[in-house]
Amino acid sequence: MTATTTSARSELSELGRSETALRTFLHGLPGVDQVGAEQRAAQLGTRSIKTTAKAQAIDLAIRMVDLTTLEGADTPGKVRALAAKALRPDPADPSCPHVGAVCVYPAMVPHVAEVLRGSAVHLASVATAFPSGQAPLEIKLADTRAAVAAGADEIDMVINRGAFLAGRYQEVYDEIVATKEACGDAHLKVILETGELATYDNVRRASWLAMLAGGDFVKTSTGKVPVAATMPVTLVMLEAVRDFRAATGRQVGVKPAGGIKTTKDAIKYLVMVNETVGPDWLDPDWFRFGASSLLNDLLMQRTKLTTGTYSGPDYFTLD
Amino acid sequence: MFEYAPAPESRSVVDLKPSYGLFVDGEFVDPADGGSLKSINPASEEVLAEVAEAGSADVERAVRAARKAYDKVWGPMPGRDRAKYLYRIARLIQERSRELAVLESLDNGKPIRESRDVDLPLVAAHFFYYAGWADKLEHAGFGADPKPIGVAAQVIPWNFPLLMLAWKIAPALAAGNTVVLKPAETTPLTALLFAEICQQADLPAGVVNILTGAGDTGRALVEHPGVDKVAFTGSTEVGRAIARSVAGTRKKLTVELGGKAANIVFDDAPVDQAVEGIVNGIFFNQGHVCCAGSRLLVQENVADRVLESLKRRMAQLRVGDPLDKNTDVGAINSAAQLERIRELSDAGSAEGAERWSPPCELPDRGFWFAPTIFTGVTQAHRIAREEIFGPVLSVLTFRTPAEAVEKANNTPYGLSAGIWTDKGSRILWMADRLRAGVIWANTFNKFDPTSPFGGYKESGYGREGGRHGLEGYLNV
Repeated sequence: MTATTTSARSELSELGRSETALRTFLHGLPGVDQVGAEQRAAQLGTRSIKTTAKAQAIDLAIRMVDLTTLEGADTPGKVRALAAKALRPDPADPSCPHVGAVCVYPAMVPHVAEVLRGSAVHLASVATAFPSGQAPLEIKLADTRAAVAAGADEIDMVINRGAFLAGRYQEVYDEIVATKEACGDAHLKVILETGELATYDNVRRASWLAMLAGGDFVKTSTGKVPVAATMPVTLVMLEAVRDFRAATGRQVGVKPAGGIKTTKDAIKYLVMVNETVGPDWLDPDWFRFGASSLLNDLLMQRTKLTTGTYSGPDYFTLD
Repeated sequence: MFEYAPAPESRSVVDLKPSYGLFVDGEFVDPADGGSLKSINPASEEVLAEVAEAGSADVERAVRAARKAYDKVWGPMPGRDRAKYLYRIARLIQERSRELAVLESLDNGKPIRESRDVDLPLVAAHFFYYAGWADKLEHAGFGADPKPIGVAAQVIPWNFPLLMLAWKIAPALAAGNTVVLKPAETTPLTALLFAEICQQADLPAGVVNILTGAGDTGRALVEHPGVDKVAFTGSTEVGRAIARSVAGTRKKLTVELGGKAANIVFDDAPVDQAVEGIVNGIFFNQGHVCCAGSRLLVQENVADRVLESLKRRMAQLRVGDPLDKNTDVGAINSAAQLERIRELSDAGSAEGAERWSPPCELPDRGFWFAPTIFTGVTQAHRIAREEIFGPVLSVLTFRTPAEAVEKANNTPYGLSAGIWTDKGSRILWMADRLRAGVIWANTFNKFDPTSPFGGYKESGYGREGGRHGLEGYLNV
């Protein structure tokens, strides 16, 4: 790290000490032109990824999947099955890589931990009164500590959107800092719930806020509101992590979640990562897909590439 | 690293003949004097086809055919019937758009991504748009029953061969004129395919005539006394010569010429989108765009940040095979154009501007030029004044809005300009003061058939597109 980024980093770390400083900084970030951002995202979606590049992209995308189930109806049996699939997504093909992580509710963490123990697959748990975040801070922190204690090494928290939209940036910042502390060694992914933030300017500000407060990842969505991850929103977040690293030297990951269902979509995202932030982020440590049905489509396309034929859906395990 | 495997568009959709005649009076004919030209693929220098070179006897024949069609068929035909033919042509263009796009990329060197996603959709849209006007001319604001002019001689450039053809032919036909069109000598092939589409649409013979050839053919055509209207798009130099030759005749003239557009970035601009706009402004179509944003005026207090982002973005541009679906920048259209770009770029370096290109490997054969920017450019440099018509951007800085206006207007041209700022009032303030025919705000190189396009000063006169585009083809 150079001397300038060190001093920039310490200057930026001072911002969290005052509401005014935070506001001035976040509102001083360059704006996002909605039409332009959407056009750029659409243009990146027209890249044609074929043959060897496609095979490479599919395997990378599988390694980046946070295989997720976040249902009230989740049972220990269901999440154990999901964890088994995370380890060996394609039982018929040992060359198929394992996924990035399994993502469940805190109550399900111990059951998943049993299956994943000793493997390289991470165990992510949502916390902080997911998905609304509408609970007292003490409860959110307790939720976080419980998940970590039960074996989660990644925590997906939600930001306080009410406070953010009301302009109470300090409150949002302090909550993230407190949650990061409660995480201990676990990685913290900060869910912005971009569908509720509505504008790209807000997405950029919330991304910076989360990074300034110490988040290891910024994540688009809970998957529980009508608008989840989109290409333009992810583009704006990628630009934010790129600029944040340039300013501070610290790299932050990005996780689009919800609504990414096909291999074609996943490849579009990888192209966007490649051309916006470069190969440094083309790694499961720095980019993840929050998804469930995506994995089976990736497996189906992978089989198609290796065998030349499409297998029916019955050849892939249901979660 | 994530390397994209080659993704070439198939050439097999294009059925090229070894040689082509002229399209006169509804059929392909051999030229009277037998001259011919070779059209090559600028990305490989491979000969694509031989085309006829029309001489004065061919011009005579084509103008006579156009006159006859005007007097007997197209002029008297009700607008609603002309519209049917134009709609039919528009639909055929859509149906055959892949073939047309591949041929355009082969002949011109532009990336298939652009010919497929920009040129062809706009070509079809122009025909659809003007088809709609054909039976509504009395509502266009030119009087109760505006009449066509007659026979139009149209000479178009090589940068958007089919799109410029559409800009010329669609409004002319909608208004009731017949045309003799000369495509550029380096890019005649899609115009000849368009002639086939006219046959396929059963367009009456003589309504559209296509004469291939070089400068002499164009001169003979615009100087022909049987022509009532001349429309030209191309260089200011040739435009001047045409204006001189047409002066004192009854011919009506519209010309769309060169440009040296300023793309103005203020300190409150959305930086990432502004950088996209700068890239699109100058590297779209290899910079072979008369309205290209070839002068970047950036506010001094954000110049470093904008340039850093711009360089990072330029490093992502994929230069190479125009038929690869992932290519962003294709081949320079001809050896002569490449020579001109090199000459002006060398002048930029010699005059002390700092030159930068991203590392990029250029193919051995064909005509190629890496995307290039010059920083430290002043108003006194040749690269800030002369149209380069290539992927070369000159970067200048300014401190105040008034200075930006002054620098932007300090050019003999006035075709287009771009403004990048988050402040709506500043956009309006600037647009009022910029002397340019087209002004884009927070975007660049956006075209639409409903929007008039044309220049101030030495960028030409007359408007193409929109209701205004009809005026050049009506006797008003």
